[in-house]
Amino acid sequence: MSIEWFLPISAIVFAIGLAGVIAKRNPLVVLLCLELMLNGANLALVAFSRMWGSGDGQIFALVVMAIAACEVAIGLGLIVAIYRRELPVDVDELGELQG
Amino acid sequence: MSYVIFFLAAIIAIAGALGVVMLRDPFFSVLSLVCHLIALALLFLLLRAELIAAVQVVVYAGAVMVLYVFVVAYIGDGSERLADRLRRGTVAQPLLRTGALLAGSALLAELLIALTGSGLKAVESAGAPYHKGPRAFGTPAFIGKLLLTRFLLAFEIASFLLLVAAVGAVVLAGRRGREDEEAPPQGAGAPALQGAAGGPPAGGELVEAAR
Repeated sequence: MSIEWFLPISAIVFAIGLAGVIAKRNPLVVLLCLELMLNGANLALVAFSRMWGSGDGQIFALVVMAIAACEVAIGLGLIVAIYRRELPVDVDELGELQG
Repeated sequence: MSYVIFFLAAIIAIAGALGVVMLRDPFFSVLSLVCHLIALALLFLLLRAELIAAVQVVVYAGAVMVLYVFVVAYIGDGSERLADRLRRGTVAQPLLRTGALLAGSALLAELLIALTGSGLKAVESAGAPYHKGPRAFGTPAFIGKLLLTRFLLAFEIASFLLLVAAVGAVVLAGRRGREDEEAPPQGAGAPALQGAAGGPPAGGELVEAAR
C-alpha cells in the first residue's frame, strides 16, 4: 500500500472539517467538525510516520488525541454552561464578546 | 486484499465526514463521526499503527463520543427554535454555506496541488521496511518506550493538560448556586433564569439526571 494514497484522504477530511466549522451554527456540530480536522491531520501524521519508519509521527498523533480530548471536555462544558444560562445555543447569536 | 480494505475504509471515512457536515440532527452527526473514526482506525491499521488504531477506537470512538451523545441528549437538537429562526429570516445562511464550500474546496485544491507537486519519491513507496516482532514498529512496546524516553516531556505535559482540562470542565459545567443568586445576568435571558434558579424542582432534577 503506497503512502501517497493516504494523503488525499487526509486532505479531503481536513477540508470537509473546515467547511463544516465555517458553515455550521450549532456549537456542538462545530466541535464535531473540529474533530474531523484533527483526525485528518492525524492520518497524515501516521502516514508520514510509516514513511520514515520512526515513531515520532505516532507520538505526535497520540498528543493530538490528548489535546482533542481536552478540547472536547472544555467545549462541552462551555456548551452546557451556555444552555444552563438559557442563552441561545447558536454561535451566530452569541456575539456579545464582539468588539 | 489491502487495496480492498483501503478503499472500503476510505469511502466510509469520507462518507462519515460528509455526514457530520450535512446531517441536520446533531445526534446523527455524532453517529456519523463514530463511523468515520472507526474507518480511520482501519486506515491506521493499514499503516501499521496498531496502538494508535486501538486508542482511536477505545478512547475516541468510545469515551469521547459517549460524552458527545450525553450532551446532545441533554441539550436536544434545538429544533424548537426553528420557527424562531425562520421568522427572523436568516439571509446570511446561504451566503455562509457558499463561503464555506468555497473555502473548503480552495483549501483542498491547494493541499492536493502541494501533494502532487511535492515530488517526494519516498511518498510513492510503501514506506520504510517493516520487520515483524514483539517490538516492531507501531506496537505498544515500541510506542511506550518512545513515550517514556525521548518524548517524556510531551507525555508529562499532555497528562498535566488533561488534568487541567478535567478541572476546567467541572468548573465550567458544574452547578453554580451562589453565583447565580448574587448576580443575575442582565438581558433577555434573566427572567427565565431567575425562574429556573428560584424554584421549579423539575429543572433541578433534570440537571441531576443529566449528570
